[in-house]
Amino acid sequence: MNFLNAAIKRELLLALRNRSEIINPLAFFLLVITLFPLAVSPEAKVLANIAPGIIWVAALLATLLSMDSLFKNDYDDGSLEQIVVSPQSLALLALGKVISHWLSTGFLLALLSPVLAVMLFLPSEAMPALVGSLLIGTPTLSLIGAIGAALTVGLRKGGVLISLLVLPLYIPVLIFGAATVQAGALNLPISGHLALLGAMMVFTLLLAPFAIAAALKLSIRN
Amino acid sequence: MLTVTNLTSERDDRILFANLNFSLHAGDLLQIEGQNGSGKTTLLRILCGLSSHFSGKIYWQNQDVSQQLPNFLQALLYVGHHAGIKAALTAEENLRWMQRLHPLLNRCTITEALNQVGLYGYEDVPCYALSAGQQRRVSLARLYLSSHPLWILDEPFTAIDKKGVLEKEALIVKHVQQGGMCILTTHHDFDLPKQTIRRINLDQLAHTITSVDTTPSYLVSV
Amino acid sequence: MNIKMPKWFYQLASPKWSYDIMGMLMPWFGLAALLLLVTGIVWGLMFAPPDYQQGNSYRIIYIHVPSAILAQSCFMLMAVAGIIGMVWKMKVAHIVAKSAAPIGASMTIIALSTGAIWGKPTWGAWWVWDARLTSMLILLFLYLGIIALYSAFSNKASGDQAASILTLVGVVNIPIIKYSVEWWNTLHQPASFTLTKKPAMPPEMWVPLLIMVLGYYCFFAYVLMARTRIELLEREHKSGWVTALLTDTP
Repeated sequence: MNFLNAAIKRELLLALRNRSEIINPLAFFLLVITLFPLAVSPEAKVLANIAPGIIWVAALLATLLSMDSLFKNDYDDGSLEQIVVSPQSLALLALGKVISHWLSTGFLLALLSPVLAVMLFLPSEAMPALVGSLLIGTPTLSLIGAIGAALTVGLRKGGVLISLLVLPLYIPVLIFGAATVQAGALNLPISGHLALLGAMMVFTLLLAPFAIAAALKLSIRN
Repeated sequence: MLTVTNLTSERDDRILFANLNFSLHAGDLLQIEGQNGSGKTTLLRILCGLSSHFSGKIYWQNQDVSQQLPNFLQALLYVGHHAGIKAALTAEENLRWMQRLHPLLNRCTITEALNQVGLYGYEDVPCYALSAGQQRRVSLARLYLSSHPLWILDEPFTAIDKKGVLEKEALIVKHVQQGGMCILTTHHDFDLPKQTIRRINLDQLAHTITSVDTTPSYLVSV
Repeated sequence: MNIKMPKWFYQLASPKWSYDIMGMLMPWFGLAALLLLVTGIVWGLMFAPPDYQQGNSYRIIYIHVPSAILAQSCFMLMAVAGIIGMVWKMKVAHIVAKSAAPIGASMTIIALSTGAIWGKPTWGAWWVWDARLTSMLILLFLYLGIIALYSAFSNKASGDQAASILTLVGVVNIPIIKYSVEWWNTLHQPASFTLTKKPAMPPEMWVPLLIMVLGYYCFFAYVLMARTRIELLEREHKSGWVTALLTDTP
């Protein structure tokens, strides 16, 4: 646990020293959202209708975009191999990295989302559902994305490949995440939806670190 | 004690070395020589568990390494091509993380180690502001910190000035004389009694072996 | 991990042994596939009675359903082979998984396109976001990801392991994906007719279907073995038995 703590702290420190890595996904999120009124229609009724889906897809893409660099720097500068030759658990370190990645992307995306929801005329009743679903859903996205990032970190052309590997696995989270917001907008109960998202998160949290560690070892030893 | 039996490495249908056998006792220094591309780095990476392109066995304290990896890694200090240094962190922060990873980096304090490598006064400077040589020194400060029995060093003297090289050499000699083991790739001659220095020249190995029957090739070693 | 397995299991690890045994089995599976497929097709397309609702258009199930079943079975097979390959470090298992991936992807494409063709007379549209079809589409994406990952690694052993990890992650996710897609489908007014709904089929209809499914399995086994043997030869081209094999044949 101490090691997990230390790993999270180190990653957060690195993220703070490299602020563009935090800001870029947020800016991307905002930008993608802005495209829709321009491309579809600025009409409040139309936008409110598609807002849950758009916000969720944009959050998903923003997470995915930031995934590519998750292990890349560590791989390039040799930090990753130092971890592999250390007696510490690689799965735990991977988990630490994902947690701090989520804190600097998914968590902030969730906090930013109400602003975008207002811009898309999402009814205010849906705000708790939006923030809640993003808070509970995006950790799963970070964990699954990290598996893809770990598998492709040693490849020269990993960027597009990671989307191909990861996007199909994102679908359940997207379905339940967007449905939560839709239910919220209709004033329907959302606790069941959130519980399902939570179950997915716990399930992924238990299994993904091992898959990430196995994938990292493989990429290092390639 | 480190023992290697029948170590063969093949990469993309090219045999780097085959049937390599050696053992290293306390107080031994093993120098790996060979041209560029002869497989020096690969050999070191295999020994550290950073490459899976080999067949053969590696024993640590008479036990198969793959059966007791954490034990082996506990005893190992590896300094590779890449420094494993984060540019955004200061020298001290970098070394503190290394200590987290490797509990045996405990011989002296970080400040002392940085003094030893001539980085007194640079503790709080982010590593991107340091020269390549200075970054290398940060990485090599681990040698002063280390009480690991086994050192594996890949070209430790690159980018280091003459005075620095002499100091590191003295340090390695001291480590070996105190009963440590060291495997390294370098062309320097060490001031040690002949019987404690071994040399393996991978070029000669490559010349003597032109084709090898890799009989158990269906058992991929990891 | 040290789990004792029967002797034949370890023999499978030998590329030569696998190559030989597959060579022996292949003609039998080929013959069985030919007989079953011809029987099934002729029976299904010509002698089975027409459906009281859909008339003759339902006959596409004799292609569609076996392909869909195979598409899913193939993924399971790849997952099992991946586990065997990783736990017992068995190269042959990895090669089987790799050879299976494109076959599974083809089956998925066949299932998708026959589903679309069937959709035209049934729903009046080539594509409907039906739960079954959507799941199939996602399965195709999973296959494509795995195939892409295999080819992204220049080192084959690493590619094998990477793809096995991805296959396992995929196989764990498939039930979740299926469940979520079905749930999503009911949320958005389901299509009035689903491709999976089987209103108690009379034997004259399902027996040829069963024959087709068996025929598909045999065909799958045949193609899989053929592909595996070629991959074995390619990867083992430097070892003694391949050289002997290639020089000895008259």
